[in-house]
Formats: sequence, structure tokens, C-alpha cells
Amino acid sequence: MENDIAIEHSPIHRDDLGSKMGMWLFLFTELILFGGMFILYASYRYMHSDDFKVAAMRLDTTVGTINTIILLTSSLCAVLSIAALQKKQKLLSMYMLIFTIVLGGAFLINKYFEWSTKIHHGIYPRGPEMANFSDGEVLYYGLYFVMTGLHALHVIVGMIFLTFMLVFVAKDKLTYNNHQKLENAGLYWHLVDIIWIFLFPLFYLIH
Amino acid sequence: MEDTNTSHQVSYGIYILVWLGLVGLTLLTVSVAGLNLVSLTLVVALTIAIIKSLLVTNYFMHVRTDTRVFKVFIFVSLIMFLTLIILTFFDITFRTGGK
Repeated sequence: MENDIAIEHSPIHRDDLGSKMGMWLFLFTELILFGGMFILYASYRYMHSDDFKVAAMRLDTTVGTINTIILLTSSLCAVLSIAALQKKQKLLSMYMLIFTIVLGGAFLINKYFEWSTKIHHGIYPRGPEMANFSDGEVLYYGLYFVMTGLHALHVIVGMIFLTFMLVFVAKDKLTYNNHQKLENAGLYWHLVDIIWIFLFPLFYLIH
Repeated sequence: MEDTNTSHQVSYGIYILVWLGLVGLTLLTVSVAGLNLVSLTLVVALTIAIIKSLLVTNYFMHVRTDTRVFKVFIFVSLIMFLTLIILTFFDITFRTGGK
């Protein structure tokens, strides 16, 4: 019988479907959180479309593209990790999880360089350079820092979540037929990826 | 309810194909932004973003192969969000004077 290591007491009742539903409901709250800001972005872009274009030119499209591909690849690794665990390939599953987390870290490092460049040039809320910006540009950068900042916080939370899952897989607390927690962590990570899929064109590709 | 998880298994290959599609769409959206399509750029960029999200949702998040209730969940929440954004725009597009 599988899972011999974990059996110290009678089997605990699990509700994997309920667990997954709960995670999805939480994801919808995240959708509203970012959705509200996207609505704000849409409104201000509608009102200041030219200023938004000017402001966007200061962002580096190449870094943004690389970051997009980094997150897409990390999403791939997350789902491969689940598939590997289902196929009883525990070591592969752990490697995929590690790679997911490392790619998340790479994304954050890029973000750090992007932000520090801006801040170094005085472009930050109430910064010296922003005092010369038009209203629309100020709104653009306010939204840029808040939305990418909140997104980066979610990346950090996701990385912590995934690290816990890595430990659980290592300790056989998650197995080929008991891995809903890992799937839930994957769902959260994919949502973070989807949010960036929209952030990228809206902030970097306005031409 | 379920004591074992025998959820639908997908081969690695499908995931890699989806990833290739996602990367391809990313490069496409960047190239399109480089052409001067003026206001069409936004429509194209958002359409590609929606397609990418559908790929991630259906294949990476397994919505395509899960029980139908999750598709219903997502549909309802998207309707709610669309309502919010459309109602907001009904307001701001008809404001006159001081924006």
C-alpha cells in the first residue's frame, strides 16, 4: 500500500474538490483586487492617452519581454512539477519546483533593477524628476509602481508557498495521489503569471 | 469526499507545446507593438493577452479537463468584472468638461 510512511493513525478524510474550489474562490478575490486597478488604469489611460504613451517610452521593452518569458517558463515548470508527481517521479517534481522558484527570483531581480534605475533618476511618487511630469505621466507612474509592486509582492508570496510545497514533497507529505496542496500552489502561481500577461502589454507596449 | 486524487493525467508534451505557443504569442505581441497601428495596437495586444490567459487557464490550470463547475465559476466572475468595467466606462465616456 502506498504512503506507508505517513500512516500513524487512521486515514484522515480529505476533500480535494472542496480544497480546489476554495482556492479558486480566493483567486477570484485576487482578480477583483487587481481588476479594480486595471479599471483605474483603463479610465486614466482613456483620459490621458497621449501622456500615457510618452510615459511608457521610458520603460525598457526588452526587460519586460524577458520577464514575461521568465514567468511563462516558471508556470510551465510548476505544472510539470505536478505532472511529475502524478507519474511518481518525485525527484523530477522537486527539480521542477526548485526551477519554478528560481525563475520567480530571476523575475524579482529584473524588477529590482528596473525600479532602482527609475528611482535613481528621480522617477518615483513625489520624486524630483516627476515634479516636471504632466498629470497623465504622473498617473501612469503612480499606477506603474503600485501595480507592479503589488504584483511583485504576490510573486514573493507565491515563492514562499511553493517552497513549503517543495518541503512537503521532499517529506512525502505530498504524493502521486495526494497533491491537492501542490495544485493549489500552482493555481496561485498561474494567476500571478496571468496578471503579468496583462500588465506587460498595458505598461510596456503602448506605442 | 475524495480520499485519493486520481485527477486527469496530461503528458509533458502538451504542456511544452502550450508553453511554446505562449512564448510565440509573446514575441508576436511585441512585434505588433513595433508596427505603427495606432489605436489598433491596444485591441491586438489585449486579444493576444486574452488568448494567452485562456491557454494558461485551460491547460496549466487544468480547467479544460476538470469538472465543469470551475468553468462556471470563472464565467460568473468574468461577467461580474466585465460589468464593472463597462459600467465605469458608461460613466467616464459621457462626462463633459473637466476630465
